[in-house]
Amino acid sequence: MLAAGCLPAAAATSTLLQRRVPSSGEMLPAVGLGSWITFNVGQDLPARDACVEVVRAFFAAGGRLIDSSPMYGSSQPTIGHALARLGQPPALFSAEKVWIGEAAQGLAQVEASRRHWGVPRFDLMQVHNLWAWQAHLPRLLAMKAEGRLRYVGISTSEGRRHAELEQIMRTQRIDFVQLTYNPLDREAEARLLPLAAERGIAVIANRPFREGHLLRALQRHALPPWAAELDCAHWATLVLKFIVTHPAVTCAIPATSQVAHLRQNMAALQGRQPDAALRERIAREIAARV
Amino acid sequence: MSEWWTYRPSDLLMFSPRIYARLFEAVNLQWWPLALLLPLAGLAWAWLLWRRGAGLRPGLVALGAVWIFVAWSFHLERFVPINWAAVGFAAGFALQGAGLLGLALNGAVRVRPQGVRGVAGLVLWLLALAAHPLLAAAQGRTWLQAEVFGLAPDPTAIATLGLWLWLQPLTRAAIGLSRLLGVLPLLWCGVSALMLSTMQSHQAWVPGLAAVLALAGLAVRPAGR
Repeated sequence: MLAAGCLPAAAATSTLLQRRVPSSGEMLPAVGLGSWITFNVGQDLPARDACVEVVRAFFAAGGRLIDSSPMYGSSQPTIGHALARLGQPPALFSAEKVWIGEAAQGLAQVEASRRHWGVPRFDLMQVHNLWAWQAHLPRLLAMKAEGRLRYVGISTSEGRRHAELEQIMRTQRIDFVQLTYNPLDREAEARLLPLAAERGIAVIANRPFREGHLLRALQRHALPPWAAELDCAHWATLVLKFIVTHPAVTCAIPATSQVAHLRQNMAALQGRQPDAALRERIAREIAARV
Repeated sequence: MSEWWTYRPSDLLMFSPRIYARLFEAVNLQWWPLALLLPLAGLAWAWLLWRRGAGLRPGLVALGAVWIFVAWSFHLERFVPINWAAVGFAAGFALQGAGLLGLALNGAVRVRPQGVRGVAGLVLWLLALAAHPLLAAAQGRTWLQAEVFGLAPDPTAIATLGLWLWLQPLTRAAIGLSRLLGVLPLLWCGVSALMLSTMQSHQAWVPGLAAVLALAGLAVRPAGR
């Protein structure tokens, strides 16, 4: 029996798992939507329309945070197309990045991104992969002070430059940090996640499925029977429940181009959630299968 | 990009195999019936060169135009929106096209499709024009996604390597130019093999083997010299 390791059910949509942004108290659904690869569809109109349906299903399931970057090819216009088709959903929490070495051109890039999205302003702007962060951060913080952004953050992935990231988190007034965290990539647990909690920095977890490699490996195995006691019918739901129930994690951002997969992801917001002991078991059993 | 050396090819692949394959479908439909006519024209030209040694200069002009066309219709129009690095690929293809036109203008070149090098060139021609369009269907994709000479970069580059092995430049300037004209097709084959292998496509072997065959053919002394 696992019931003792489960936190209470969140059965209705009104009780979706949400996490607090420490710097403001704003609540965010703990599963967002990434756009790396999946929304980079160029001029492929059927694929672009399929992305509209993914975004539609995302908002229908209670989602809010969509994340992108100028690095992601045509993902930004794809998101803008979807938002326009859906009538600019008011629930949107727009998370973007600045990704350019010439800091003087950073604001122009932010404006170009804003036009792609078709939003009046971004909620969150992150410095992508710490690139030229010393020059970008003061400009972004000034934009926040002027009300042109709501939050400022910094991102990294795959465990790169964690020491420098830790230093930034200790010394800079950032609202969000984005890093890689999943049942196999747990380096952030040692220092970065406790530091985020201590400093009141919201955490976005990227690469929750290792770009799909983790799920492809897990799908060779049946879901363990005890997953049902966490209301999980799919590996994706179980993996995301592991991630978003870390006390310091605010939101995970899985990317998908399929509505069915989106629904499996969003299911992590509902039902019983694992406690600390069960999270360890999830990580252990997943590691044993891949 | 900081710490660029820590990035693997898979970290930089920013599009899915499905979307990449659909680029060929879009190009084939946009330019139909060129998807049929260009490979047939390529086969006819290869036959003329192989059997009679004829049609080299007008063919070089046409091949140069084809490279420039691929630079625009495939790389710039289709590939750049999903891969910002494709701007560089477009520039390379346009440069190759200009080089082929320059060789046609220079004129101090003939074809000698003989010996081992001639056979290696013929294999590359047939691979590009006859076999490559079958690969999409062989991997379970629709025929509409067939990669054909003149519209898709891989068969265009492989066919050019076939021609490269047959060329016999007659002046110092033509020697230099014709040597250079093998570099970009070889580089593209390498890029394509890396890209396809990162996408875990078995098709990665095709441009990779084509490049190896071209280099092996080049290492063989031409017949009749």
